[in-house]
Amino acid sequence: MPSSAVGRGGGVRAGRALVGYDEAVSRYDPLIGLETHVELGTRTKLFCGCPAKFGGEPNTHVCPVCLGLPGSLPVPSRAAIEYTIRIGLALNCSIAEWCRFARKNYFYPDMPKNFQISQYDEPLCTDGWLEVTLDEAEAAPYGHSGGPRTFRVGIERVHLEEDTGKSQHMGGATGRIHGADYSLVDYNRAGIPLVEIVTRPVEDTGPLAPAVAHAYVTELRDLLRSLGVSDVRMEEGSLRCDVNTSLSPRGSGRWGTRTETKNVNSLRSVERAVHSEIERQAAVLDAGERVIQETRHFHEDSGITTSGRSKEEAQDYRYFPEPDLVPLAPPRDWVDQIRASLPELPAARRARLQEAWGITAAEMTNIRNAGALDLVEQTIAAGASAADARKWWLNVLARRANDTGVELASLPITPADVAAVAALVGSGALNDRLARQVIEGVLAGEGTPDQVVAARDLAVVSDDTALNAAVDEAIAARPDVADKIRGGKVTAAHALVGAVMKATRGQADASRVHELILARLTQS
Amino acid sequence: MAELFRMSAAEIAEAVRDGEVSAIEVTDAHLARIEQVEPQVRAFLHVAADQAREAARAVDQRRAAGGELGPLAGVPLALKDVFTTRDMPTTCGSRILGDWLPPYDATITRRLREAGVVILGKTNMDEFAMGSSTENSAFGPSHNPWDLGRVPGGSSGGSSAAVAAYEAPLGIGTDTGGSISQPGSVCGVVGVKPTYGGNSRYGVVAFASSLDTPGPLARTVLDAALLHEVMSGHDPCDATSIDAPVPPVVAAARQADVSGMTIGVVPEFTGEGFQPGVLARFGEAVELLESLGAKLTEVSCPHFSYALPAYYLIAPSECSSNLARFDAMRYGIRVGDDGTRSAEEVMALTRAEGFGAEVKRRIMLGTYALSSGYYDAYYGKAQQVRTLITRDFEAAFDRVDVLISPTTPTTAFPLGERVDDPMAMYLADLCTIPSDLAGNAALSVPCGLSPEDGLPVGLQIMVPVLADDRMYRVGAAVEAALDARRGYPLLNDAKGLA
Repeated sequence: MPSSAVGRGGGVRAGRALVGYDEAVSRYDPLIGLETHVELGTRTKLFCGCPAKFGGEPNTHVCPVCLGLPGSLPVPSRAAIEYTIRIGLALNCSIAEWCRFARKNYFYPDMPKNFQISQYDEPLCTDGWLEVTLDEAEAAPYGHSGGPRTFRVGIERVHLEEDTGKSQHMGGATGRIHGADYSLVDYNRAGIPLVEIVTRPVEDTGPLAPAVAHAYVTELRDLLRSLGVSDVRMEEGSLRCDVNTSLSPRGSGRWGTRTETKNVNSLRSVERAVHSEIERQAAVLDAGERVIQETRHFHEDSGITTSGRSKEEAQDYRYFPEPDLVPLAPPRDWVDQIRASLPELPAARRARLQEAWGITAAEMTNIRNAGALDLVEQTIAAGASAADARKWWLNVLARRANDTGVELASLPITPADVAAVAALVGSGALNDRLARQVIEGVLAGEGTPDQVVAARDLAVVSDDTALNAAVDEAIAARPDVADKIRGGKVTAAHALVGAVMKATRGQADASRVHELILARLTQS
Repeated sequence: MAELFRMSAAEIAEAVRDGEVSAIEVTDAHLARIEQVEPQVRAFLHVAADQAREAARAVDQRRAAGGELGPLAGVPLALKDVFTTRDMPTTCGSRILGDWLPPYDATITRRLREAGVVILGKTNMDEFAMGSSTENSAFGPSHNPWDLGRVPGGSSGGSSAAVAAYEAPLGIGTDTGGSISQPGSVCGVVGVKPTYGGNSRYGVVAFASSLDTPGPLARTVLDAALLHEVMSGHDPCDATSIDAPVPPVVAAARQADVSGMTIGVVPEFTGEGFQPGVLARFGEAVELLESLGAKLTEVSCPHFSYALPAYYLIAPSECSSNLARFDAMRYGIRVGDDGTRSAEEVMALTRAEGFGAEVKRRIMLGTYALSSGYYDAYYGKAQQVRTLITRDFEAAFDRVDVLISPTTPTTAFPLGERVDDPMAMYLADLCTIPSDLAGNAALSVPCGLSPEDGLPVGLQIMVPVLADDRMYRVGAAVEAALDARRGYPLLNDAKGLA
């Protein structure tokens, strides 16, 4: 066994050979399924009037109801039900005419009542789908070629439940409950409305399974954001993902034993977790062992999963209809109103914009992956061309955001600013290099582009007399180059352009300089 | 004026309104009565003399300032210790809550305070309302004022005993499987289980959520009606609370007229296992109602015989979940937290020590009934039986205005007689459970003494959902006729405290 396998957190045990991804998917068909939890952005919690806000001093957003004090009773939030229906409709689900909340019973200190009010066999929304498309660039790493691939991911159910509190294990080295000296519980999160979105098993992905998982969660995130139902921040836990993975011998049509990987807290982790689980399970099966049905934890640092609790000793949650609540029967006209109020959904919007802007699917993917779609659209609305808007946001600002570790939308520059800079370049008042300086100024808080131009005295030198003087100086300094140009080697002019630009500290229009040089040296 | 503590709630309210007596005098008289008889009755777990006097003074001040007084202002009341109270401990008759002082008032507690009702204290009960005798209280049983060697019924036995012993003219209980009607019956007082959802459960520590129903206990039907109207009504904090007007129960109690009504006798509740004296008094009540102008008929309710087993699946199932929150983490006692044990171990030790035997029995029954693989056969089947019982009621109420039966198969049984025989204990609720399962209203009114033991017998009057006023009409008519025939109130015959 390769020694490197030892360090893999028990993912591969002695006697089992490592199996590479390509090898794994050549012999096994992966089957994936995803369960996504979304914290709704309602003003109040699901069953009481406490604010449903992230953070806050521990145990300050609490009341008898969300603390589950004896005698307290839940009253459902209309807004949370409406948001859930919005999600269900956007995912092409049927909305139940009659359904119930159910109690999921288990003991854990961060559960105030030691049961969670959830939904069981009567979810609010069922039987929908979400279409996801992998463009060539996304599919290519998995050996796929031949254009984009579209998958219709079946949605089994969308249901509404309450979130639990949060335990913090103090002392000990790991921050886990084992080895901790004591634990603290913060109930601020308890009772925040949580929507669970469960897919059907996604078949026929073949080797693309990790990319499909990634694309699904990305599409879902964009969808939820467009619906205005959640801030969908994975890093803050308002979008949490569990990934089910199983393998079956290629072409057998049998479904293998699945594992459920939790703690998958970023889009990239979703992809890595599936990838890693496919490799691990292939190694287990190759060794003639069986995959154990269990919960596994994904580790961001190592990119692998380790075993959690075994589902074979699964908890019996003793679900039963929540007797403190009456059945939920959303009136049809209310559902129709919600349907009518749905915004344009992200996939349709991207298709529309892609066509309007005349860009390729891959270019659209880049814009989306950079989180720049709204910004580019607003910049175009403010007057910039599609090419300019893309160039500034993707080439210049995205790099800046990446370098400083902030989201693109959080940069202190508005689409209107970017459109203004593009307009200044378009009118010839700025060249590319000056425009970058203006952007810097705006990001540094020096004001609007116009204010930065004025304050930094940035303007293209457009006076030919002044430029001609600089051109003459440059020619005089490099007679060898001038001779080449006179001899017909026009490309040599770039060296002189550079010299002129340097002399004018970049404030000249390079193409005009080029023209002037040629005019001087090729006059007959 | 009679001794203050012997006055009815209606008389007290009127006397306070008219200035014939102050609320503080009334309260002091009842506190003195409590001091006198409590060593024998043990109806209260907590007497809140200071808070009671404060509430009484506030009523007197409001009157002095010319303020309007509600229909029960200045009337003392005994509150079952299952309602949360900000200024009094709430134990539910259990050790597990320790000295928990709730940070909030139950909706009914708040309504009582706003109405100027004087809460004298919190009354004893079977632990978490599970029982029919108060013997499951962690703090010892209450005693029946008719015979101190007998149980006062349960689970609201503290409140029924307090009312029967003249410690308070009014009591509040909660009914899950007969926990108001049955103690009312065996203590010779009026016990009312209103329509489910008519009274807020917010702040009522849950036993079985789909069954728990707060309701009044009183010495007269009118007093019960007055309290019914003060405590009832829609509560936005309880999702199962009915958003409908409170039925006109006070007017119905004053009407006290059954002429022209059709009354159905449930034959399933007049046969085997019933004490002969109970059946004798019940038979006389039937004749009395006929003589008062009602039309009597027999209406079979074939599924009522399955009510008890269905109840003992549904109620324990819900309780196994409702009582899960008592885990030593946030309130109540904590056992075994010595720094070496895990949270799970501390939870288990706390629950082992904090809960009594009957509560554990029901948690285990319910946990089993909800388990995967057993759910359909037990909980699921019980819910189907519940539906059939509801249909029996619906079919019956198509034919008759009210149904009647004895409230309990026997009169008050001796303390200790059934503690080791849960099935015998459960049978005390045989007749009351159908209304709990179906959610309709029922009232128990005394209908005389059983000749064998001289103990009170209750007549149960069952009415459709939200027709609560109808049972007050019938109950008040029976009460008036029997009082007139006897020439004095039935409770005068209670000799336990003589």
